Order: sequence, then structure tokens, then C-alpha cells
Amino acid sequence: MGAAQSTSEEVRELVGKTGFSSDQIEQLHRRFKQLSGDQPTIRKEHFNNVPDLELNPIRSKIVRAFFDNRNLRKGPSGLADEINFEDFLTIMAYFQPIDVTMDEEQVQLCRKEKLRFLFHMYDSDSDGRITLEEYRNVVEELLSGNPHIEKESARSIADGAMMEAASVCVGQMEPDQVYEGITFDDFLKIWQGIDIETKMHIRFLNMETMALCH
Amino acid sequence: MSRRGALGPGWGLLLALLLALGELPQVAGVEEEPGGGGHQDSEGFQVVTFKWDHVQDPYIIALWILVASVAKIGFHLSHKVTSVVPESALLIVVGLVLGGIVWAAEHIASFTLTPTVFFFYLLPPIVLDAGYFMPNRLFFGNLGTILLYAVIGTVWNAATTGLSLYGVFLSGLMGELKTGLLDFLLFGSLIAAVDPVAVLAVFEEVHVNEVLFIIVFGESLLNDAVTVVLYTVFESFVTLGGDKVTGVDCVKGIVSFFVVSLGGTLVGVVFAFLLSLVTRFTKHVRIIEPGFVFVISYLSYLTSEMLSLSAILAITFCGICCQKYVKANISEQSATTVRYTMKMLASGAETIIFMFLGISAVNPEIWEWNTAFVLLTLVFISVYRAIGVVLQTWILNRYRMVQLEIIDQVVMSYGGLRGAVAFALVVLLDEEKVKEKNLFVSTTIIVIYFTVIFQGLTIKPLVQWLKVKRSEHREPKLNEKLHGRAFDHILSAIEDISGQIGHNYLRDKWSNFDRKFLSKILMRRSAQKSRDRILNVFHELNLKDAISYVAEGERRGSLAFIRSPSTDNMVNVDFSTPRPSTVEASVSYLLRENVSAVCLDMQSLEQRRRSIRDTEDMVTHHTLQQYLYKPRQEYKHLYSRHELTQDEDEKQDKEIFHRTMRKRLESFKSTKLGINQNKKAVKLYKRERAQKRRNSSIPNGKLPMESPIHNFTIKEKDLELSDPEENPNYDAEEMSGGIEFLANVTRDTATDSPSGDTGSDVPLTGRTSPREVLQATEKSPRPLAPPPAPPTAQNPAPAALPDLELGAGPTSEAGSASGTWLERRGLQGAHARSAAARRVHSRRSFQRPRARRRPALLKLASLQPSCHEPPHGLEQEETPL
Repeated sequence: MGAAQSTSEEVRELVGKTGFSSDQIEQLHRRFKQLSGDQPTIRKEHFNNVPDLELNPIRSKIVRAFFDNRNLRKGPSGLADEINFEDFLTIMAYFQPIDVTMDEEQVQLCRKEKLRFLFHMYDSDSDGRITLEEYRNVVEELLSGNPHIEKESARSIADGAMMEAASVCVGQMEPDQVYEGITFDDFLKIWQGIDIETKMHIRFLNMETMALCH
Repeated sequence: MSRRGALGPGWGLLLALLLALGELPQVAGVEEEPGGGGHQDSEGFQVVTFKWDHVQDPYIIALWILVASVAKIGFHLSHKVTSVVPESALLIVVGLVLGGIVWAAEHIASFTLTPTVFFFYLLPPIVLDAGYFMPNRLFFGNLGTILLYAVIGTVWNAATTGLSLYGVFLSGLMGELKTGLLDFLLFGSLIAAVDPVAVLAVFEEVHVNEVLFIIVFGESLLNDAVTVVLYTVFESFVTLGGDKVTGVDCVKGIVSFFVVSLGGTLVGVVFAFLLSLVTRFTKHVRIIEPGFVFVISYLSYLTSEMLSLSAILAITFCGICCQKYVKANISEQSATTVRYTMKMLASGAETIIFMFLGISAVNPEIWEWNTAFVLLTLVFISVYRAIGVVLQTWILNRYRMVQLEIIDQVVMSYGGLRGAVAFALVVLLDEEKVKEKNLFVSTTIIVIYFTVIFQGLTIKPLVQWLKVKRSEHREPKLNEKLHGRAFDHILSAIEDISGQIGHNYLRDKWSNFDRKFLSKILMRRSAQKSRDRILNVFHELNLKDAISYVAEGERRGSLAFIRSPSTDNMVNVDFSTPRPSTVEASVSYLLRENVSAVCLDMQSLEQRRRSIRDTEDMVTHHTLQQYLYKPRQEYKHLYSRHELTQDEDEKQDKEIFHRTMRKRLESFKSTKLGINQNKKAVKLYKRERAQKRRNSSIPNGKLPMESPIHNFTIKEKDLELSDPEENPNYDAEEMSGGIEFLANVTRDTATDSPSGDTGSDVPLTGRTSPREVLQATEKSPRPLAPPPAPPTAQNPAPAALPDLELGAGPTSEAGSASGTWLERRGLQGAHARSAAARRVHSRRSFQRPRARRRPALLKLASLQPSCHEPPHGLEQEETPL
């Protein structure tokens, strides 16, 4: 598919699907090619070529998210081996800023999608629940950027966060009640009232400005 | 004037003070004459002399400050008034009235706001406060927008206002004025700038959303450079005379803008670097630590003033850049001191400024009325501000991610308050050169009054009416922080992958750079470790829980759960309920209350312990140590100028914290993992006690198995640290320990309270505890009691139950071992708490302190950090044994 990308029809189709402008798509396509080394698909290894990514503590999780079938809307679980340009755009589309013309309902939907992306990143075994183990895992990675924080403290932070989540979602818990993990509904509850406008959006640049970056 | 009625008591006081103030000089004059003259005549020694002249100036200054402060108390007596009328407006009115009274009494306007006082003493604290508590991320996130408004917006305002006024002047509507185009432009430039003091004073009470706030406020701070340049340029042009101004001068003016703004910023950054570096090495002079913050930032202000750069920019950026490092470097008390002093100075300066703005107006000499000029100025500044905002926002919205909507634009236009900076600048004008100075001064005063009083009064209803998104006060949530962090990383990764250079990219690169280089140079080693916002939030939450836990227990009528040696009757507190409102009151109550009761308890138990010496006793002892509150009377107060002694409260707070964390995690884990670990442990323990059974094959739930290694290392670390005198550098390690301990409490408990009665624990305790004893013995200052440990250490099998060993051995040794250990934990707790307190503060970024909201936390914030901890604090209790 990638090779035939230049035809305007396909671009138009992608514009409709992903909401990117054709300039942006062209730009991203160039980048895609650059990453994949002119291959039609990208594999995990290709992300190793991005030098700036190396310092990112949750690099592996992010890269994984690109191949996650749930994010690609291809299935309830599992990982894809390689993604094509359309998939690449699908992932990128999660980060589009909210359009001014959207009405309240669409904004909510958009927000939900974005949060789902994050949720999927946490829920690594695709069982619809972020368990304590999974949460700990993420937190450890998140904090691994700071060499002074030991794993132990990361764990206890995860424990604390989990406890907080439990208190937000379940409310008062009985002494023997067990909180098994954060479901997506709980996840939304946690995010209630928190603005993600600036948190999950990237201004995808248009062509002219992009040219400067190369 | 219902306002005045509401002021009631404050008003009377003020009046009395003012009269006294007015009378004093006269009284003094009367008394002084015979006194001063009689001094030579009378031969005898005068016991009392009245020397008003001697103290006059500082006395009057002090009195004015007092009056202004009392006025502030007066306003806040009535909540209704302050919720409707902004304080700044009230102060101006008070100033007007006071000025009127003084004038009526003496017919001179002796007190005015002089530019020297304003620029050298009143403005710096306010701006420093703004910079030091600037929400950096928000500020830099919106820097582009802010700069556009500050630079282009101000130039636009100045030019359009000046030119329009000149146009109207040419039409003859203003009558005869001895002015030219340049005078109008000069006036335009000084009236154009939005004033940081006024904006801060009004917007602080309005609580608009933070983006809107930072844009208006940031603009008011950063436009200073533009104002300074425009003002000096036009002033020199006026001096030169209009016909001699050449194109070269104009170019010079533009160049000077860049020099002034960038130079000012650079000076600020350099001094911030210096300041951070200095605070890195103030560990042993804690008491003067806060001074550095003020002195060095003030120096940055003066330096850039000296170099005729933008002083406001310098001190703003000094505050912005140093805040991270300084807050990490200085001790917790110093941080509190800095915070309060800064807020006090800023708030005081602001109060005085507004009051003097009122007083200064009462001077018939400066008034020169020109209706057309005044009214048109008002119209022009409002209209052009609105137009400017709309135009710029239109441009900005094409690039901004979060759009500025119409409502925001209305608030931004309306929030363009003018203030004391304009006034000081206009007073600075030279009457020789600017012939219509008085008209300018009068108009400026009117403009200030109009914007501060009228717009200040109406902006709140306007914001409510327009339903502007307000800032909400949310408790920080750990999840939110974590997710936020995740988002940061995701976004920068996505930018990396898509090959763009955006905000996130830059932020990511900067934070890497900061972590790799800057922090290493500018932060204490210990601080580098503990500075992480997530940790801070975590500690803060823990702290809150700890407080609410104790409060909850207390609310239920007893502190039994704190003291009781058995975990059986532990009160099961539900943490999921949000902090009870009684928290604040009851914690202090608790600290006061428990003293006597626990004291009695302690003695009785101590006696009991003398008689029985067995494992159970050991446990009791242990629990006692943990849950013990020392009566305050035992504490000796020493005076030292250079050191603040540690308060008993702190230790108790620490213990509460420590204990609560343990409980909290326990109860959580049991809930979380579905194991009622606690009860099991207790049951096991009881059985064990009855049968003296050693090798129970059932462990305490899953927990002890999780990581015995960790347990081991932690204990090792704790012990290493157990003597602060031998470890001058322990500060560093201790910081990380503070976090660790939280994670390990559960495990500690698992090994502690059931006294190593489980099979899985055997090797572990066998390995650690003897060492513990050994080390404790070595470090113990008391020579008595031979160390019982070495035989145990060589003999791992019987050492399986070290607690028994300890109990049978000299108890004082065991006591000291666990005592120091506990103390260490207490320390960590304290550190955690102080981090939390720090967090609390930085979150409340721009609020002037309102202590009533969180007395408990503020109190905690004032606690001593770990370094002056008296060694073996708990051990001393053990000595009589």
C-alpha cells in the first residue's frame, strides 16, 4: 500500500479515515518511509533508528502500542508483527488535537479514544483490567528515568496509586473486599474532570514548517 | 457607603492611628522646643527626653506599614466586602481617605509614592514573589503567546493610544496643550503597559482558569522590557526635541529593546545560577539560608537596573530559574521561611503601593483636569486593548493547541489593568521637558483608579456571567500525576517518531539536559535523589492519610489503636473516605492530649517489664517504643542563635506518620491481595506464644516471601545510618531510604511483630538481626553490657529467633538497637513529609498564604529536616532500665 501512496485517491481516503490533512499525510508518509527504510511496512526494530527515543523510559511500551491490535482496531488482543502506513496513521491519529468544530459528544468520544490508548498501554495482557502487577510494571518504567529512585519505591507508588484508584472507583471498601484491577470504566472515572486537552495532543505540523526540521 | 460601615472596627482603629500620626509631629514640635532648647540651659541630667526628630523617618514608615496592615485586617473582618470588592480597590479608597485626613490636618501632601521607593523597595518583592512561585510548566508552555501579547500588544497599545490622542489633540478637542507628538507617544508608552501588581491583586481573587491567568499575568510581567524601552526612547526623544530625532535613533531604539529584554533575562538567569549554586553549600548555615534567596535576587534586580536593563525581567527570571534548585537545596524550614517571607513582603508591598496610590492622589498641586484628554485616554486604552487582543488571538489561535475563545478574549481585554508602574513612571517625568506633566499625572491616576476600582469590581461578576472556565482546586492525585508523566513521555516519543520538533520534544530535551548537567551542578546530591514530583505527591498523600488516620482514631474516642500492644484491637480505619474535615483540629488536639495519658501508660508498662523478661515482653517493649509519646516536659529548651532546636512535636508527628504508613500499607495489601494477612499474623503469633512453637510452616500470607533480600538490604542500610555523627554524609542515603521504607513497612511488620515465627523468615532474620545487634552495640555510646551478638552470629540455627535472644539478653541493648532503627525511620518519615509539604506549597502556586486553610500541613512544613536530629533520641528513654 505504501508504494502506491502517491496517488491522490488513496490520500483522500486516508484523509477521510484519519482526519489528517493531505499535507500532513504526505509529511508523515515521508517520515514513515524514512523510518522503514523505504519498505511498505514497519517492524519493531525500525523504531530503534529513532535516536531521540532512546532516552524515553517507556520506549518499549510506546513502540508496543504501535503494534497493538487493539489500538489498530484489528482485534481484541495480540500484537501485529508489522504495520503499514495506514496503521501508522491510525496510531498517529490518536494524538490529533480536538477539532474546534466538534460538538460536545464528539469531543467526549475523542477523549475516550485517547484514554483508551493509554489504557491499552497499561493493560498489557489485554484482559480489560489493569492489575497491580501491570500497574507496577508501568510505574517502574516511568520512573526508571530517574536513577535515584529504586524499584521498591516505584512499586510502593504503584501500590499507592492503585489504592487511590480503588477508593475512587469502588468507594468504601469492605475489609475483605478485593479490588482486582482498574477496568476501563474505572479508568474513565479516574480521569473525570481532568483536562487532557494539552496532555494528549500534538500539533501535527504542515509541510512548510516540517521542511525546516529536516 | 455601606463599605465603610462594614469596615467598622478597623476603621476606628485606623482613624485613631492616623490622628496619632498627624498629631505626633506637632506634639513633638511643641515638646521638642523646650526640650531641645532647654538642654543647654538646664544643668541637671534629664532622665527622659523626647527625641521625635531622632526617630521620625523610620517611625513614620513603620506607622504607615502598620496602618496599611491594620487596614487589611479591617477588610477581612467582613467577608462580604472582600468577596465583592477587590482588596486593591479598598486600599486605594482607604489611602484616599487617609490622605484626605492628613491633608486636612496639615495642608501638605507629605506622603506620596516616590518612584525611588516604588522601584527600589516595593516592586522587587512583588515581582520576585511572582517569579519564584511561577508555575514554570504553564509559563513556558504558553511562552509564545505571552511574548506576543507582551511585546506586540504593548507596542500596539502604546502606539495607537499615543497617536489617537495626538490626532484628537490636532482636531482641537482638547484645547490648548503645550505638547507635541512625542509627548503623546511618551504618555502612550507609559500608560500602555498592563501592570503586574494590579493584575495579580485582582486576578488572584477571581480564580479564572490557569491558562488565562498565566497569559494575562505573564504578559504583565514581560511587558516591562517593552515599557522601559519605549519610555526611555521617547523620553530621550522628547529631550532631544522632535525635529532632531533621526532614523538612526529609531533603529537604536529597536536595538535597545533586544538588549534591554535579553540582557535583563540574562542577568536574571546568571544570578539564578549563582543563587542555586550558593544554596547548594549552605548546609551548615541553615539559619541564614533564606537570606541568600532574597539578597541574591535583589542583587539581580539592582544589577540590571544599574546596567539599565529590564530589572523586572531580571528578577522574574531569577525567580523562575532558581526555584527548582533552591527549593530542593534549602532545608524545609528555610523553604518555609522563604515562602512566608516572600509572601509577606510581596503582600505588604502591594498593600502599601495601593494605599499610597490613594494617598498620592490627595495633592491639589498635581491635579490638572482636561475632560477630553482624560475621557479619551480611558476610551482609547480600553478599545485598543480589546482590538489588540482580538487581533493577536486571531493570529495565535492558528498555532495554539488550546484555543483562546471569545470569552477568554473578553476577560483578557478587560483584565488589562494599569497600576503603580505607570504612576511611578509618570511621576518620574521631568516637568522641564514635558510641559504637561501634571495633566499626564492626573490622567494616569484616573486611569489607574478606573481600571483597578471599576474594572476590578466588575471583573468578578463578568467572569461569573460569562461562565469563564474557573480554576478548580483539586487535590493532587497520584494516578493523575502518573498518567500525566506517561503522557509526557508518550507525546515526546510520538514527536520523535513523527520527526517533529514541538513543545514536547523541546521539553523532553530540556529535562534530559537538566537532569544530566544542571541538576548535578546545582543541586545537592541528596536533593537530586528525592526530587521527583511523583514522589512528592505520593508523600503528600501518605501524609494526609496518616493525619486522617490518627484523626479518625481519635474521633472514635480513643487512641487505643496507637498504644495498644496487640494488633488485635487495632481500629480499622477506612481510607477510602476522603479526609475528614476534623483533621486539622484534631491533630493538634491529639498532640496536646496524649501527653499525660501516655506518660502514665509508659511508666506502668516499664515497671511491668522489669519483672518479666520473655518474648512477649520484648514485643511489648517494641510496641511501646513505636507507639510511645514522650511527655513534653522532658524536653529541654536551649537557646541558640544559630540552630533551631527540634520540637518534640516533630518526633511525634514522625511517629504517627511512620506508624500509619505501616498500617496503611498493611491494610491495603491485605485488601488488595485478598489475604487477611494481619489477622493471620496475629493469630499465628498468639499460637506461637502459647506453644513456643518455632517452625510453623505457614508463612504470613504471601508477603514475606516476596523479597527477603530487600528486607535484608534495608536493614543493613538503616543500620549504617544509625549513627548520624559517624555518618556526616548520611543525608544523601537517607533520602532514598525515605521512600524505600514505605515499600518495606509491610515486610518489616511481617518480620517484626510476629517475631520471626515463620519458617520462611528464619534464614532472613537469622542473618540480619545479629548484625543489627552487633552494630548497635558497637555504636552505642554506653560501655556497659557486653555485646550478646557474636555468639549468635556464629550460630545461625538458634539465632532463628533473634527476638527471643534479644529479650533474654540485656534489654537495654535491644532497646537501643530498635530505638535507633526506629528513629531512623522516623527521620525518613519526616523527610517524606517535608517533601509533601513542599508539594503542597508549589501546587498552591500563586496564592498568598492563607494559613487557615491547612494549618496541619503548614505546621508540618515547618518541621525540622533530618540533619539536626539528635542522635539516639529514643534511646535515652531506655537508659534508666
